[in-house]
Amino acid sequence: MITRFLWTGMGRNLRLFVLLVLAVGIVVPLLNQLLPKGSAVYVPSYMLQLIGKYLCYASLALAVDLVWGFCGILSLGHAAFFALGGYCMGMYLMRQIGTRGVYGNPVLPDFMVFLNYKELPWFWHGFDHFWFAAAMIVIVPSLLALALGWFAFRSRVTGVYLSIITQAMTFALLLAFFRNDMGFGGNNGLTDFKDILGYSVQSDMTRAALCFASALALALFLVVSGAVVGSRFGKALTAVRDAESRMRFLGYRVEGYKLFVFVLSAAMAGIAGALYVPQVGIINPSEFAPGNSIEAVLWVAVGGRGTLIGPVIGAFLVNFAKTYLTGALPEVWLFALGALFIVVTLLLPKGIVGLWAQLRARDAAKKASAA
Amino acid sequence: MNAARPRTAPRSTSRRSTPQRSTSALLYLSGVTVSFDGFKALNNLSLLVEPGEMRAIIGPNGAGKTTMMDVITGKTRPDEGEVVFDGTADLTKLDEADIATLGVGRKFQKPTVFENHTVRDNLLLALAGLRSWYRLLLAAPTKAENDRLEHILDIIRMGPQQHMLGARLSHGQKQWLEIGMLLAQNPKLLLVDEPVAGMTDVETETTAQVLREVNKSHSVVVVEHDMSFVRALGVKVTVLHEGSMLAEGSLDQVSADPRVVEVYLGR
Repeated sequence: MITRFLWTGMGRNLRLFVLLVLAVGIVVPLLNQLLPKGSAVYVPSYMLQLIGKYLCYASLALAVDLVWGFCGILSLGHAAFFALGGYCMGMYLMRQIGTRGVYGNPVLPDFMVFLNYKELPWFWHGFDHFWFAAAMIVIVPSLLALALGWFAFRSRVTGVYLSIITQAMTFALLLAFFRNDMGFGGNNGLTDFKDILGYSVQSDMTRAALCFASALALALFLVVSGAVVGSRFGKALTAVRDAESRMRFLGYRVEGYKLFVFVLSAAMAGIAGALYVPQVGIINPSEFAPGNSIEAVLWVAVGGRGTLIGPVIGAFLVNFAKTYLTGALPEVWLFALGALFIVVTLLLPKGIVGLWAQLRARDAAKKASAA
Repeated sequence: MNAARPRTAPRSTSRRSTPQRSTSALLYLSGVTVSFDGFKALNNLSLLVEPGEMRAIIGPNGAGKTTMMDVITGKTRPDEGEVVFDGTADLTKLDEADIATLGVGRKFQKPTVFENHTVRDNLLLALAGLRSWYRLLLAAPTKAENDRLEHILDIIRMGPQQHMLGARLSHGQKQWLEIGMLLAQNPKLLLVDEPVAGMTDVETETTAQVLREVNKSHSVVVVEHDMSFVRALGVKVTVLHEGSMLAEGSLDQVSADPRVVEVYLGR
């Protein structure tokens, strides 16, 4: 039943796209690992790391699109779930350092020794086990989404008010994690990681594996999201997006629908964040910055809101442009971002995927009139 | 909505009938009062609808017709009065989803079909039965559900358009789809708000036929301005004025009532 649920939800395009994502996740690491450095198609390590990062961003974009594009909940705080997943992973990685820290304390991470902690705070216990950290990566963002969603949806907070609440949430977390006595490394966050599951996080092989894991996660999220939006639940979900009160009069408890996708989306964002952190080697409070969440919304808008492929394309294109421009013309990037937002809003309300569908429809109409 | 157009307090001439509470009635309103910022949109309104009945509600703008619908469907809570459905359920204590599940279906004044869904999916969403999100995740439409969809498509005469998106339907088609969605909920009572507003004469005639067809198996309350349509329905009429019931009877009877003529027909 589950396989049928997963399979029937996917259209042909989505199946091909999932295969493409998996292919990238397999081929890119292999080109890095198997080929000699001088080879024409050798993927340099920095590129491998970049693609791994983009894959995580794409998962975050997909998570945003699931709530915004399919349920009409414009979350301006999704980076918070991403960062929480990242912090859970960071805590695991900190505990793996062991005595190799600057202070050589076998239990306390360096920043705690520095801040005169006498013992490990209670919420750090368990994070020396990978399975525990892995569970927390899903549970912590989900619980936050559940609590926030429960109160917001039950009180029928919608539209811009909900966006403001989510933005306030991520800002509050930003301020909280900046404090040294929160026990998460304050301003500096968690960094100087050594091992993940016994492998060095700096080695190319680990990076290749993480890049593959990120692609696998994205593919899995695409399949799950495809199944959810393709089911009868998905029909009801888009109906909630388009006419919420109408659904209430049809007897649907709209809160349950919203809460389910909101929590699912938060869990996806959390996993994406957890895969992101070992690849960039640091997690600090700036990941909670409201701007990050807004950028994620922009990726979705550029790629195509309400499509599953769009957010992935948007995340890759915008981030590629960002990497290029911040390197080549650093002062131009913010202007380019602003211009992009205006162009997309004015000219491409359905994003790149929407434009493509439009062009195809026009071609078909031309053919039909010519015949 | 009505609060935006304040009116003077009701005149003492308006008759206040208070029907005896009867367990046989499908819908029973007694002494219902709703005020918005001091303006009484409904003023001690009482109404009784029997099972299987079709009732037409008429009245000038601001008479409280839509507010009455809001009260029955749980969108607005009355300040005073009783609203009893099916002899037992106190509708003033329930929310929209509960009331819809109990068997009160509502068609809005402005057609609100799901524009990004096909006609068939619109009906499927409205179909009585599955509502919980966790069961819908894995559900596929059953044979019984498909048969029921076909039956409803027949009644509203939209079989050929079933794969069209809601956004591409004409105004009349949207209204019929709405009626179909109401039917799909299989409610005991259908509340139909201004079904023929903006329709052509032919469409109006078709709508009357559709509603008479619907009335064979369901009780219906229709709110409408269009007199020729109300005449075509040929049912008992209730006249509302300034939030209270002014008169009740056949269309001919009420149009002969001088007070009705004064407040409504004579204008």
